[in-house]
Amino acid sequence: MTMWTPYRQIITEGLWTNNQAFVALLGLCPLLAVSNTLINSLGLGLATTMTLVCSNVTVSVLRKVIPSEIRLPIFVLVIAAIVTAIELMMKAYFFELYKVLGIFIPLIVTNCAIIGRAESYASKHSPPKAFLDGLFMGLGFTLALVLLGSVREILGTGTLFSDAALMFGESAVSWKVILFEDYSGMLLAILPPGAFIGLGLLIALKNSMDFQVKLHRKVFSVQPLDKGNE
Amino acid sequence: MRAGFLRSLLMAFVLGAFAVVAIGMVTWVFNASKARIIENERVALVKQLSALLPEESYDNDIVNDTAHWVEPDLAAGETLTIFRFRKNTRPVAVVIPTVAPGGYNGKIKLLVAINNEGVVSAVRVTSHHETPGLGDKMEIERSGWINVFKGKSFKTLPESQWKVKRDGGAIDQFTGATITPRAIVQAVKKTVVFFEANREALFLPEPIKD
Repeated sequence: MTMWTPYRQIITEGLWTNNQAFVALLGLCPLLAVSNTLINSLGLGLATTMTLVCSNVTVSVLRKVIPSEIRLPIFVLVIAAIVTAIELMMKAYFFELYKVLGIFIPLIVTNCAIIGRAESYASKHSPPKAFLDGLFMGLGFTLALVLLGSVREILGTGTLFSDAALMFGESAVSWKVILFEDYSGMLLAILPPGAFIGLGLLIALKNSMDFQVKLHRKVFSVQPLDKGNE
Repeated sequence: MRAGFLRSLLMAFVLGAFAVVAIGMVTWVFNASKARIIENERVALVKQLSALLPEESYDNDIVNDTAHWVEPDLAAGETLTIFRFRKNTRPVAVVIPTVAPGGYNGKIKLLVAINNEGVVSAVRVTSHHETPGLGDKMEIERSGWINVFKGKSFKTLPESQWKVKRDGGAIDQFTGATITPRAIVQAVKKTVVFFEANREALFLPEPIKD
């Protein structure tokens, strides 16, 4: 146990063991609605991460001032204000991306992962920890979105990084990778059912990876005991 | 009892204070970003409109030379904002935002550019909810289908022929969808009818509203 252990734990929880999308299954509404291309996913993921960081830090700083009886309405107020500010700023500085993600930005308010972290983490921990928690919970959510977005874009349209210019400017037009020439597209992957199926498969993949790791550990740590039983 | 009441009052006060601070912050961000947002929207509109007609064909301030019209048939009950293109103050063309109500999946919003002779010079889809991969071939980025309207007018193609081929008209549908092209053809036709009926009035200076 070093002084960094709790921080490392925050990072692994956010990215993997308590991933808000894959494990907690929170925030599925924006996750499923926007994940049809990689760039859309990245845009919403980063906007969500920013909201999470801001709301976690605000809630953590104010945690001793906020009376527990009215903490939930205050969290809602804080999150709504932050999301509105982020929406306005996106409209001012990333207008093209805003036009694509526009209607989903206000939906970040409804992402239960954000109020979930405010209630279960930020309101009980110091600002630096809450900041890190918000950052990595957000990045974990972004990771899930980006994975799902990539899978759906590859299967659905046979491309990757299409519309990157919306986010990274004109120079990113050439980033678009066409993976299969003359690909006629797989409609299912782009439509909402494709999002559900894709998410299900990704969760299954994650669980089986975790299972393999556990099995591996068991083989190495339990073997001597087994021999003792013989 | 009394203590409980006071506590409630305090809570209400705290919540109110939070609301005031939050509103203050949002207001500040709103004011700070307002100018840039308005500019972004103007630039986007200019880009959208100028793509419809050749740049050298007009010289007026297209974003602000507008006429407002109530035409329930075209805009699903909303007031139309018609953009007027002029060169040396003479009318060149109008861009009419039209709504095709009968899409496969709801409304399809269009911009229809019609020149002063009643010839359609361009049609673009600005928003729709058609099936990706099937109904979205009317987007200019995906196929050139939408250019079938270019150069057509009631003189070159009689009004009764403004239908998709499947319905006995003269306009090609595209593979994979019939409902979407049908809805768009109908909407463009209605727009031309509207233009023909109001040709003179469309370019008049807008009366100043109270």
